Amino acid sequence: MSEPTEANGTTGPARGAASAEPDGEGRRRVRVVLVDDHRMFRTGVQAEIGQTEQTGVEVVGEAADVDQAVTVITATRPEVVLLDVHLPGGGGVEVLRRCAPLMGDAERPVRFLALSVSDAAEDVIGVIRGGARGYVTKTITGTDLVDSIFRVQEGDAVFSPRLAGFVLDAFASTDAPPVDEDMDRLTQREREVLRLIARGYAYKEIAKQLFISVKTVESHVSAVLRKLQLSNRHELTRWATARRLV
Amino acid sequence: MSEAAAAPVAGPRPPRKLYRSSDGRWLGGVARGLAGHLGLPVIWVRLVFVGLFMADGLGALLYAAFWFFVPLGVGGVDAQKPPSLVTTESSPDGRRRLVTRRPDKGQIVALLLMVVVAMIFVGNVNLSNGARAYLWPTVLVGAGVALVWRQADNARRARWMEVGRRRRTVTLLRAVAGVLLVTAGASGIFVLRGSGSHLGSVLQAALAVLVGITLLAGPYLVRMTQDLSEERLMRIRAQERAEVAAHVHDSVLHTLTLIQRNADNAGEVRRLARAQERDLRAWLYKPEGNGKDEDDEPTTLAEAVKRNAAEVEDKHGVPIEVVVVGDCPLDEGIGAQMQAAREAMVNAAKYGGEGGAVQVYAEVEGRTVFVSVRDRGPGFDLDAIPADRMGVRESIIGRMERNGGTARLRAVPDGGTEVELEMERAEKTS
Repeated sequence: MSEPTEANGTTGPARGAASAEPDGEGRRRVRVVLVDDHRMFRTGVQAEIGQTEQTGVEVVGEAADVDQAVTVITATRPEVVLLDVHLPGGGGVEVLRRCAPLMGDAERPVRFLALSVSDAAEDVIGVIRGGARGYVTKTITGTDLVDSIFRVQEGDAVFSPRLAGFVLDAFASTDAPPVDEDMDRLTQREREVLRLIARGYAYKEIAKQLFISVKTVESHVSAVLRKLQLSNRHELTRWATARRLV
Repeated sequence: MSEAAAAPVAGPRPPRKLYRSSDGRWLGGVARGLAGHLGLPVIWVRLVFVGLFMADGLGALLYAAFWFFVPLGVGGVDAQKPPSLVTTESSPDGRRRLVTRRPDKGQIVALLLMVVVAMIFVGNVNLSNGARAYLWPTVLVGAGVALVWRQADNARRARWMEVGRRRRTVTLLRAVAGVLLVTAGASGIFVLRGSGSHLGSVLQAALAVLVGITLLAGPYLVRMTQDLSEERLMRIRAQERAEVAAHVHDSVLHTLTLIQRNADNAGEVRRLARAQERDLRAWLYKPEGNGKDEDDEPTTLAEAVKRNAAEVEDKHGVPIEVVVVGDCPLDEGIGAQMQAAREAMVNAAKYGGEGGAVQVYAEVEGRTVFVSVRDRGPGFDLDAIPADRMGVRESIIGRMERNGGTARLRAVPDGGTEVELEMERAEKTS
């Protein structure tokens, strides 16, 4: 397991250890499917990350709507799917719902990373609760995106500052008593980690700041992701079920 | 049914359709509408109806027929009429509209006459004793039907006239009263047919008839209401679409044109694109669905932070990412904190913008408001700055401390600078 680089979906140019260069152990390959209804965007992403020799990312399929996505994902069994939140035919959430068996596969799980231009909390929280392992905005740089893809492939969670902000909001202290003490509350440490992510810190910087290892940071983020997916907090269910008119 | 020939009138006037008048009417507005159509005073028409009513109730039949078939309109009475009636003026759509109305004496006279004539009618009608008994139930039924129809007219009228809209309760009461009258009348007839002992079976029969009618007409009515609500929904959708189109048309196309014109100026293109993106986001994701005006003063922390970031971004051409957790109203201390934060953003954009986007984070936790501004520039050492340079020391640190807050500047290990501002909120006045 290579030392993960510090990108976590902040929008900015490459910083420090670029995964685009093969490191000592030689970068593993990752097979990716792009799901987005905007052809221009797919082309752009393909151009930025699809240079397999440099990035280690191999785009094995593309899809522009829900049905197509399910077909392509089932046929190609990629390791990571880049999933747009807004899709014709039911949105990213529907793709996640129909691919649930693939996600739970013990041998070769398909993992999802959500991409969106949306600012709506319910959209973002919705796909995370649907099973996506992370969320990044489409303004992310190619290098950061490649890092995020590998992070998701390894089973970690990828939080952009915006997602961290939404999560802090959702778990903000309310007067309502928690239904499930373990699931409905963030620990102090998890809160600190999320705060630093929201402030634009990379995992490595968070580790330095809190005097913990990067691995510990990752396990905190994964724990938050699990709570996000399993908690029945009112705000979360409201967000996840809210249907927008527009 | 409206075969009333248009009376030849002096002077060239556009041909008019016959409408029932919704203004100053006493029952269905038939007489007034006719009067307007024929250019006669209303009272004459009413008298004619009353006279016809004497003729074995022919007037009532005629009146009901007119009421049923003639659409409801507005105005209806000619402008050249005795001043005791309505005054109308032409509205843009060609229909004459009521402007002022004095109490209509004609109505009262007609009402009295009607009552008198009804009495005479009842007295004079040569009916056998058995038939005579049916008279009052029949009148009751008629009154009930008239009430319900009148209510339907009002509902229709309220749809395209904002005036005279009554409260819902009145509407409901009227309809209920009409139905009750009809029921009472109908029951009366049935009871007369049989006798009191048969009332139960009569009611059962009535119920059966009602259920039958409901079954027959129900689907049709349901479909009609569904169609109506669907139509309304479509209208709302169309309106929304038009709004989106207008917005896109006004601002997005404009920006795209500017971008094409400034294609050689990368900084300007970036600035334009960012500004447009912000504008569109504000417009799309505002809770009420449309962005506030740019000129409104922000009243909450989240608004203020976003506004400041947007202005700095526009001015210096460096993208600023904003994340806000929680929100609170602005007070004096928070206002000072916002100014300090803005100063920090300006510095970050000016000196740290090379390293990419500036990240701004604001959080309200209990009574504490925390703001951090972080860049990934070359970093910056407060001690290395000459004492006579007042920028950071005064406008950020000094300002925060004067208002009872704290400011910290620190170099981030991996490069860049972070400014942390903390301020306590004023005691809640609520």
